[in-house]
Amino acid sequence: MSDSHIHGDDKWSHSHPKQPDIEDGPLTDYMVMTEAVGDLLIEKGVFSAGDLRAMIESIDTKSPTDGGRVIARAWLDQEFKVRFMEDVNAAAEELGIDAGTIPIRAVENTSEVHNVIVCTLCSCYPRMLLGLPPDWYKARAYRSRVVRDPRGVLREFGTEISSDVEIRVHDSTADLRYMVLPMRPDGTEGMGEGELAAIVNRDSMIGVTTVRKP
Amino acid sequence: MTARYAVGDRVHVREAYPPGHIRTPYFIRGKSGVINDIAGEFANPEELAYGRVGLPKLTLYHVSFRQTDLWSDYNGGASDATVVAIYENWLEPA
Repeated sequence: MSDSHIHGDDKWSHSHPKQPDIEDGPLTDYMVMTEAVGDLLIEKGVFSAGDLRAMIESIDTKSPTDGGRVIARAWLDQEFKVRFMEDVNAAAEELGIDAGTIPIRAVENTSEVHNVIVCTLCSCYPRMLLGLPPDWYKARAYRSRVVRDPRGVLREFGTEISSDVEIRVHDSTADLRYMVLPMRPDGTEGMGEGELAAIVNRDSMIGVTTVRKP
Repeated sequence: MTARYAVGDRVHVREAYPPGHIRTPYFIRGKSGVINDIAGEFANPEELAYGRVGLPKLTLYHVSFRQTDLWSDYNGGASDATVVAIYENWLEPA
């Protein structure tokens, strides 16, 4: 079979290489094992195929919008912020957001400290509030380099941190997840909670950038 | 179980390389840092990974390492730090 094709017969007709399907890559041992364990659990009635589908859908549906809502409330409500710093999961629950059972800890950016999160061992990430991690977060390049040269890595993200500000890298190795409470940008005093939530971007909650006024 | 170390204590990470599911990153083994915070007690992940119960639970600490102590050529800022969650069985007094 040819690896390219032609479609259309008018002046727009062109050819391009066949894009590989997901199954075209080699199956790794772990992929085979995952499939097998999934099939066995369904066969033994531990959960149904529908349960598995619903769980995948639920995980895929999480997004940084939830994290942004919690951050905006923390910016606006000092008492909420205290509770949020104390227990992120419980604070999210107050807003009707299910942050799951794995404890999430907030680290606050100030004019003296800039926090950034990583999982050097794998890809631990506060999925329940930020959604699925970006590919670069899971990549070895980010995981190995952000602890070695955090300022250099932040610069690659377009983020310049002043030399008199302490950089604090948090390595999620264990039973906790982290999220950054970014600094509220100047000039946003008149903005409401919904508007503020909308400007809190995912990467600012990982700490590779800051929140900017729109 | 009571925590063996308190916030502010200087600790040393054991320089050991056992096989298995280890949650202590290589780059801090043999390095010294300061207890930042006590995160609580958690089942031992080195046991959980093999289907065991992971009890007794271990105290988990947040240990702060100065970047300049981790990397001899670090030139980013004297107070820059990496904070790593480490289980008590990996720590000894510094």
